[in-house]
Amino acid sequence: MEPASAPTPPVPVPPPPTFSLAKRHHVGESVIRTVLFLCAAVSVLTTIGIIIILVEQAWEFFREVPITDFLFGTKWTALFKTPEYGVLPLVAGTLWITAIAMLIAVPLGVMSAVYLSEYASPKIREWLKPTLELLAGIPTIVFGFFAVTFIRPQLLERIFPSIGPFSALAAGVAVGIMIIPLVASLSEDAMRAVPRSLREGGYAMGATKNEVSWQVVVPAAISGIIASCILAMSRAVGETMIVALAAGSKAQLSANPLEPMQTMTGFIVQTFSGDVVAGSTPYLSLFAVGLLLFVITLLLNIFSQFVVARFREVYE
Amino acid sequence: MSDLASAPLSTTGLRRRQRWSAAMAIILLLATLVGVVALIALLVSIISQGAPWLSWHLLTNMPSRKAEKAGLYPALIGSMWVITLTALVAFPIGVLTAVYLEEFARKGRLSKVIEVNIANLAGVPSVVYGLLGLGVFVTWLDLGRSVIAGALTMALLVLPVVIISSREAIRAVPSSLRQAAFGLGATRWQVAWDHVLPTALPGILTGVILSISRALGETAPLIVVGAAAYVTFLPDSLLSKYTVLPMQIYEWSRRPKDDFQGLAAAGIIVLLLLLLLLNAVAIWLRSRASRRVRW
Repeated sequence: MEPASAPTPPVPVPPPPTFSLAKRHHVGESVIRTVLFLCAAVSVLTTIGIIIILVEQAWEFFREVPITDFLFGTKWTALFKTPEYGVLPLVAGTLWITAIAMLIAVPLGVMSAVYLSEYASPKIREWLKPTLELLAGIPTIVFGFFAVTFIRPQLLERIFPSIGPFSALAAGVAVGIMIIPLVASLSEDAMRAVPRSLREGGYAMGATKNEVSWQVVVPAAISGIIASCILAMSRAVGETMIVALAAGSKAQLSANPLEPMQTMTGFIVQTFSGDVVAGSTPYLSLFAVGLLLFVITLLLNIFSQFVVARFREVYE
Repeated sequence: MSDLASAPLSTTGLRRRQRWSAAMAIILLLATLVGVVALIALLVSIISQGAPWLSWHLLTNMPSRKAEKAGLYPALIGSMWVITLTALVAFPIGVLTAVYLEEFARKGRLSKVIEVNIANLAGVPSVVYGLLGLGVFVTWLDLGRSVIAGALTMALLVLPVVIISSREAIRAVPSSLRQAAFGLGATRWQVAWDHVLPTALPGILTGVILSISRALGETAPLIVVGAAAYVTFLPDSLLSKYTVLPMQIYEWSRRPKDDFQGLAAAGIIVLLLLLLLLNAVAIWLRSRASRRVRW
């Protein structure tokens, strides 16, 4: 309202129209909207379900075994006559296998990504990338079998003659090979998103292709590369069938990766493959281990999203 | 970065740097080939172990304690049951969730929560889904160690993948199509159902088939929800006991006798052939879609 203008009589508001286009089909549409929302709610309920089931059963477990004994105990003999529930050996087994897998997958995956994104001709890339992705589509049980029947006897036994039939090393190598495509594919996506002008700037300064790749492209794509490595790590932590077949079922704190080890996931499936009485303490311990596994992988996934959100360089 | 910045713009060591760059091309190619060689080694070693055990009666016999007579008929049929039921549950829920998020939901806090939740669910280890299925379907809903309990667990496992790939397919539909329909007075649902979904269908189906192939190869959650190790009958209802291909492979490969290792390798060949078939269908759908529609 302009202060200078003369007061005008209020304009009469027209009566609302009896027919509203916006309200047509309103009933049917809102029913449909509700149905769709319920479908979307299934995924939220899944998360809530996971948390409730794990926490509830783990709570039962912690009433029998103090949580500090569980988290800091160094002996895991859940299925023995005198059971002890110290989860550290399982955590150590998981860490060993994850570390070995990362040692293989990170260098090979990042180098593959640099090759595919910077060096390969379109024709080679067209063949190489899908072939590498085939590796990602192979079921993990197949990798487990491959670890036991090929990686250990044909490959590792020649280098380490003292390796046993089950070892953290054989499992770790197989997990590493399995996650190479994950690192390669996501890192390559990040590198290809780096604008051409940055590379051309490097070449204009007299840099070679090698220097442009490692000193311009990789630093510019580093958030995506790190995120892909963290995701791969989370996959390695949660990998189950390879370790169930190749790592053995002896939960022990050991500094020697040539020895058998049991991981958190390995303990869960190996126990269910045998007989376990529902409601017994060993049964409840499965959920406590599952909860710990869930928390670790969730933290890794959140961390990888954080890295992307926080350190991402956005180009035009 | 620092040594590049401090290097003078002359040809200092240029020959050396160029040679190093050319060598790097070979090193990187070799690193890339490690993955390819591993794939070839895997296929060759499994085919050479399993080929002698491939036979018609492997597909039609029941499992047996004698390796020569053992077959994986119940596992094959059990896998078909599980992936069919999984698809029947995960396909509608996943696609409708994608429609909700892309076409209906307001971009607010609620849809953000659902999105973050789906992204995180995709990263939950499969064995944890097994514990969920054990708690909810096997125990709470009292479905027991039945084929439906396994399939529902599997459906929850693949749901995030179905949702994410369906959303991508829906997002690829140009908004001009929606606006044209809205302009003619179509409601939101009419736009989604009559225009967006038919256009996005090939992309959606590709994603669904790929997630089904994941369900076909997945073992860990089914061990937890109680797929049986030794089954000599076929499932005849949703509540019957069952086993699946990867489960049978796991059982065989854990036996110490060499014969069963060979059987396990033969089972893997069958599993890989089925996966190949599914993926071929997915690729065919994708190429058909990209040929027909050009924006």
